[in-house]
Amino acid sequence: MSSTATPAKIKVETPFRRFVSEFAASKIAVGALLVFTIIALIAILAPWIAPQNPYDLAVLDIMDGRLEPGAVGGGGYVHWLGTDDQGRDMLSGIMYGLRISLLVGVGSAIIACAVGAALGMIAAYAGGKTDSAIMRLVDLQLSFPAILAALMILAFLGKGILNVVIAIVIVEWAYYARTVRGSALVERNREYIEAARCLALPSRIILFSHLLPNCLPPLIVVGTMQIARAIALEATLSFLGLGVPITEPSLGLLIANGFEYMLSGKYWISFYPGIALLVTIVAINLVGDQLRDVLNPRLKK
Amino acid sequence: MALYLLRRIMQSGFVLVAMSLLVFIGVYAVGDPIEILISPDADQEEKERAIRALGLDLPLWQQYLVFVSRALQGDLGRSFVFNEPAIQLILQRMPATLELAFGSMIIAIIIGLPLGLYAGLRPDTWGSKTIMAGSILGFSLPTFWVGLMLIMIFAVQLGWLPSTGRGDTAVLFGIPWSFLTIDGLSHILMPAFNLALFKISLVIRLTRAGVRETMLMDYVKFARAKGLSPTRVTFVHVFKNILIPVVTVLGLELGGTIAFSVVTETVFAWPGMGKLIIDSINVLDRPVIVAYLLMIVVMFIVINLIVDIVYTLLDPRVRLESKGT
Repeated sequence: MSSTATPAKIKVETPFRRFVSEFAASKIAVGALLVFTIIALIAILAPWIAPQNPYDLAVLDIMDGRLEPGAVGGGGYVHWLGTDDQGRDMLSGIMYGLRISLLVGVGSAIIACAVGAALGMIAAYAGGKTDSAIMRLVDLQLSFPAILAALMILAFLGKGILNVVIAIVIVEWAYYARTVRGSALVERNREYIEAARCLALPSRIILFSHLLPNCLPPLIVVGTMQIARAIALEATLSFLGLGVPITEPSLGLLIANGFEYMLSGKYWISFYPGIALLVTIVAINLVGDQLRDVLNPRLKK
Repeated sequence: MALYLLRRIMQSGFVLVAMSLLVFIGVYAVGDPIEILISPDADQEEKERAIRALGLDLPLWQQYLVFVSRALQGDLGRSFVFNEPAIQLILQRMPATLELAFGSMIIAIIIGLPLGLYAGLRPDTWGSKTIMAGSILGFSLPTFWVGLMLIMIFAVQLGWLPSTGRGDTAVLFGIPWSFLTIDGLSHILMPAFNLALFKISLVIRLTRAGVRETMLMDYVKFARAKGLSPTRVTFVHVFKNILIPVVTVLGLELGGTIAFSVVTETVFAWPGMGKLIIDSINVLDRPVIVAYLLMIVVMFIVINLIVDIVYTLLDPRVRLESKGT
């Protein structure tokens, strides 16, 4: 048969491979993904690659305070990005700060995604009163600016990493719920769901193993963008002094700590954490933008 | 129309009750109301008297009614720090915040409209692509970071603009305003621009989308066929029609702008409501926190209601639809 003579070189086109090749079509997006991977690696490996443990007060020397970038401190090594007022090496501070920022950002995005997706699917699948009750709540949540809602929650709960995560989840779940409900409403009427119903599968299985996987593409796009938003929100809250505790500073708190020295020309204490924050957020947004173009069926040629 | 308005007002009332319940739960159920509403310096006897005066010995639902009726009378407690009624304290700071918010609206229109118009009329040029890429940055960059960079460049490095405070103010209607003096204007420029960033991006996108859509309409083609100059077509026929969505969205953004001024005011030490709430949270001046949250929620709901009503009056489609039902 002629079909058996197909050259072995041709790869089978799987959905995943198609997705990868479409994603790679944009060089900017690939670069952004690379940058984000490096940032994530730095955050994960911080305890092993940072020149100093910025949380260990024993290694901090106040005599090394506010050294300029490139100066050699009492520890005998170069502070490439200078030191803050406590004599903390800024490079190490940023590496550890990235850990907290990413942990809070990604962690809260995942929890918000789980909560929002579950509620969105229930709304779409159940319909009727349940649907309108959940969607009213979503409307209410979305009509209030994120910063106001977060401020309200933190004013009552107080500072702390966990409270920041709770605040971000409460602020952001509605985006996921709306997205999932939208695509679940379309998918609900497809034949495969009907078939699953005819097989008398329990609702739980239909929801989570049949409906959910088909609602994933838009969810991934929203999720990526919301991670960037969550990181920015955490940084803003920490900058305002409502976020993470001072003992374990995230990028936002590092920036806040250096703010007062900026006016006297000691720019590096705020500036470099700010650059790290900026690069992280922009990289995630660029990846998200490309994901949206690839995963949006309306833009398919 | 009347029915629509009635339904819309009832909806706002419902949200208001829900939000007051939330704040109430925040104060009375999550936190310890004695700790929140009574100064920690008070002695035992003062505490007992305050507990009775505030009705904290009553059951929870009665406490809510007391809370609401006191709030309706404008009594939301006294600030621990300033020893003034919390409401009065906030009202004093409100003009500064409103000034900043409206300043940022004006800047958003002045910068956003021309850029959006250009990007819409010449979508494929290099300039338009730069504008659109810039608008993505405006959406995604944290406001406080941009504010910091503005201070670093224009206040520290170049020394062109002052970085903190309101500067000289002039009194109008018994309220001091910064925009009436040159010094005040130079103080408001940077914070207002900082607060405007998000809205500039929004206006650019809306204007661009509006222009691209409107240019394909029959009435624009007809105007062109009539031999009107491109300038007249753009500025009279197209421009008028894209203004409605831009103005509506900006109006809806007003509440968000006032909320987000918390960040800008902290960065630029602008003495408005936002700076007050952050300072109050940091020193645990709880009556001010509660009063601020309630006031801003009311403000938010009222603004949204007004924008909706104005929109109904402006857009015949909404009006007719509600007549039909």
